[in-house]
Amino acid sequence: MALSAFDFEQPVIDLENELKALQELNPPPDNLAEQVSALRERIERTRREIYDNLSAWQILQIARHQARPRALDYVRRIFTDWTELHGDRAYGDDHACIAGFALLDEQPVCLIGQQKGLDVRDNAYRNYGMMHPEGYRKALRVMRLAEKFGRPVICLLDTAGAFPGVGAEERGQAEAIARNILEMSTLRTPVICIVIGEGGSGGALGIGVGNRVLMQQYAFYSLISPEGCASILWRDAKFAPEAARALKFTARDLKELGVIDEIIPEPEGGAHRDANMAARLVGQAIRGHLAQLRAMSIDEIVEDRFQKFRRIGQWEEIETAP
Amino acid sequence: MTWFRKRKFTTLRPPSQRSRIPEGMWLKCSNCLEIITNKDWEENLKVCPRCGHHERIGARERIRQLVDPGSFEEYDAGLVSTDPLQFVDLKPYREHIEESRRKSGENDAIVCGMGRIETMPLSLGVMEFAFRGGSMGSVVGEKVARTLERGLEHRVPVLIVCASGGARMQEGILSLMQLAKTSALIARLGQAGLPYFVLLTHPSYAGIMASFGSLGDVILAEPEALIGFAGPRVIEQTIKQILPPGFQKSEFVQEHGFVDLVLPRKELRPTLARLMRFFGSEPATASETRPAETERASENSARIIESFGP
Repeated sequence: MALSAFDFEQPVIDLENELKALQELNPPPDNLAEQVSALRERIERTRREIYDNLSAWQILQIARHQARPRALDYVRRIFTDWTELHGDRAYGDDHACIAGFALLDEQPVCLIGQQKGLDVRDNAYRNYGMMHPEGYRKALRVMRLAEKFGRPVICLLDTAGAFPGVGAEERGQAEAIARNILEMSTLRTPVICIVIGEGGSGGALGIGVGNRVLMQQYAFYSLISPEGCASILWRDAKFAPEAARALKFTARDLKELGVIDEIIPEPEGGAHRDANMAARLVGQAIRGHLAQLRAMSIDEIVEDRFQKFRRIGQWEEIETAP
Repeated sequence: MTWFRKRKFTTLRPPSQRSRIPEGMWLKCSNCLEIITNKDWEENLKVCPRCGHHERIGARERIRQLVDPGSFEEYDAGLVSTDPLQFVDLKPYREHIEESRRKSGENDAIVCGMGRIETMPLSLGVMEFAFRGGSMGSVVGEKVARTLERGLEHRVPVLIVCASGGARMQEGILSLMQLAKTSALIARLGQAGLPYFVLLTHPSYAGIMASFGSLGDVILAEPEALIGFAGPRVIEQTIKQILPPGFQKSEFVQEHGFVDLVLPRKELRPTLARLMRFFGSEPATASETRPAETERASENSARIIESFGP
């Protein structure tokens, strides 16, 4: 698959072109092998330097990359016997949301995910991973099923946000998300949520209330898109990179703010460079946290999840005149 | 250059149109321009007697209209934002906050406390739209959470009055997480068998609606209030269509099944009282109610009577 490069990777591309030119030299220079390995080393060093110092805006571009592995890519690589369940039993089936059961090392688990499209046609089918109320209600129905049979829930978050449309409003988009958030906080089974790309505000949180909230290294999780934020607070969407920095939405920021529990590393250059490796790392993280949660009682699990979110927030108390 | 400014003729208003009424005694409905006396306006709870327009009112005035005189005791008034992200847009978030504090007289976008409706105690929080559009950051989230916890602690119903454009952008992800914090406590209130009431006022959008604004056991709304998840401008940009008339107005939302009852302002207090009784609140006996005292009563004088059964 052709992977379109990011602007910020230009220095690496230049070096790669240099390498290609070197290898095609005719006649080849005497110390070709030496020169090639030196250049390769320089490419690696440059790439690492770039990826160690990515700005929030650059991370967002990786998170939104068209070739980034989607929820189903992880489902197929980490789990077996994937069995999808459709529909909310009230209105319809939302293709932006996948829900069902699968095996993780022979143990049944419930999987909920936001599924972005793989190409233009698939995106039309998946509505770009932007859920409608029936998607949230389907997710809740299947999570309740998991609770009923004591299966852990694993949610894969990847959406620009809940869909803003007339039908979504008429069918209670806000209520559907609010209901999911409330019900997820009481689920009597372990819940692990992983942001695998875009964590788009309430639309993501609608399947995002877990005992553990994990994030991939180049994912982001934000109250609002930097474009939206810039157009409101800066009154011009072109300030999106500034807004991206100000919003502090990278995995590192969220870890510091106490919102997420772990950053899952990605292959160098991003998950899209090596989906198998990315899936191995995600699978590893799920197994680790699941083992911890399975050691807890159900009451402890519910209390743990409640306290996790009860604590989040920062304020101070000042004296007030009586 | 003076001729540029010179008008060809001056417009003198005829005497009949000139205001001959002393300042402050009359005002004009912002919707239908009807002239109303201040006294009628106040008695009608700032609702136009002619067109029924509900003028926006602040949190303190809302509390005065809803609870028994002198029964309100404020809590957590001193909670303020610490600017956790060190956010700077066109100016630092701290300056935005200072400005809002000056303009609104409040420390953040909600006023919370305990009060009584027809002698029945309840824990309530009323959002203040004048403070940064009623937006929810860590402070609003924490105060709503504590309001719900006070309901649990004293075994009384909880009422949240919404007026908000959504979560506060300058506190980023921490604002978003307040949705989870507040909703989890509503679940606990429900498990404890205590009623949770919501009153939606203009406007109620986004973050608060994707959490405590949509989760009431009973959800009331004022007429013509705009209520929704995504703002109309965002939807129009997405679907590239003009929205239908009445879209997202409270009557529309009731028609689609997400609001229990749209009520004119005057009926809010008696309806809340009825609902409280339906769900188990009992009027206090005369000896239990305290004499009227100043609104900002000191905390140590708090004496909450647990009259919520069973």
